[in-house]
Amino acid sequence: MQPGLYHILFISTGLFFIGAYGFFTRKNLITMLMSIELILNSVNLNFIAFNKYLWPNQMDGLFFTLFIIAIAAAEAAVAIAIIINLYRNHQSIDVDDAEELKY
Amino acid sequence: MMNGSDILFYGLAALTLGCGVLAVTTRQLFRAAIFLLFSLIGVAGIYLWMQYEFIAAVQVVVYVGGIVVLIIFSIFLTHQAGEKLAPQKIKRQIAAFLAAFCGFALVMLQVYQHTFTESSETAVAPTVKAIGTQMLDTKNGGYALPFEVISILLLAAMIGCIVIAIQKTPKGISQEQ
Repeated sequence: MQPGLYHILFISTGLFFIGAYGFFTRKNLITMLMSIELILNSVNLNFIAFNKYLWPNQMDGLFFTLFIIAIAAAEAAVAIAIIINLYRNHQSIDVDDAEELKY
Repeated sequence: MMNGSDILFYGLAALTLGCGVLAVTTRQLFRAAIFLLFSLIGVAGIYLWMQYEFIAAVQVVVYVGGIVVLIIFSIFLTHQAGEKLAPQKIKRQIAAFLAAFCGFALVMLQVYQHTFTESSETAVAPTVKAIGTQMLDTKNGGYALPFEVISILLLAAMIGCIVIAIQKTPKGISQEQ
């Protein structure tokens, strides 16, 4: 069977719920950040697939993907700055140990 | 009969999903980062398979070269090498698996029942020239304004990171301490 839109939607849905599973089970902030990256990638894959198979005459899905990648990079940088700061104050990056947000 | 392109697609799909599953289930943090890296490379391969070369390049440069390296650095800054994560509660794992699987089944059911109608207009190739022209165009559906907004956002994120991660020394304590 020739791979098409449905196959790519299957991959992106799978990737999204793998990320959601990781987000539900993990308690470490860095692994939760990895799950968010997987979820964002599934969204990007959706945009590109719809762009390619449904509206090949336009490039708007491609631009949305570019902007999502830029925002994801900014988000990851800020998240890691917060994680490092939390580690400095609590010596742990487990979400259960981060009970007090103000010290 | 499967040709080379199909085999390549299924291989990339297996790489992406398999490494994704391992990235969220392994108990060794560094291995999780490496599996995430291969999953993102698989996604870049799928972009390349769909002939979106520029997006594939951006994916490799930003995700694989930027975000994953950042994650690995923060793992080294916050964890002992070879340290395993605490085992998760089996009850929570089952509940999370059921939630994820039911969500997946629901979405796939909706997707397969929906018929997508393709546009009949002639396709434009997503060349770098076409992308650059539309990115900096102010008319005809150009993306000049979002481009500028993203620039401000990246600047704000950069300054924000410096402000958050800066080492605060309490007053009266010398810097050497």
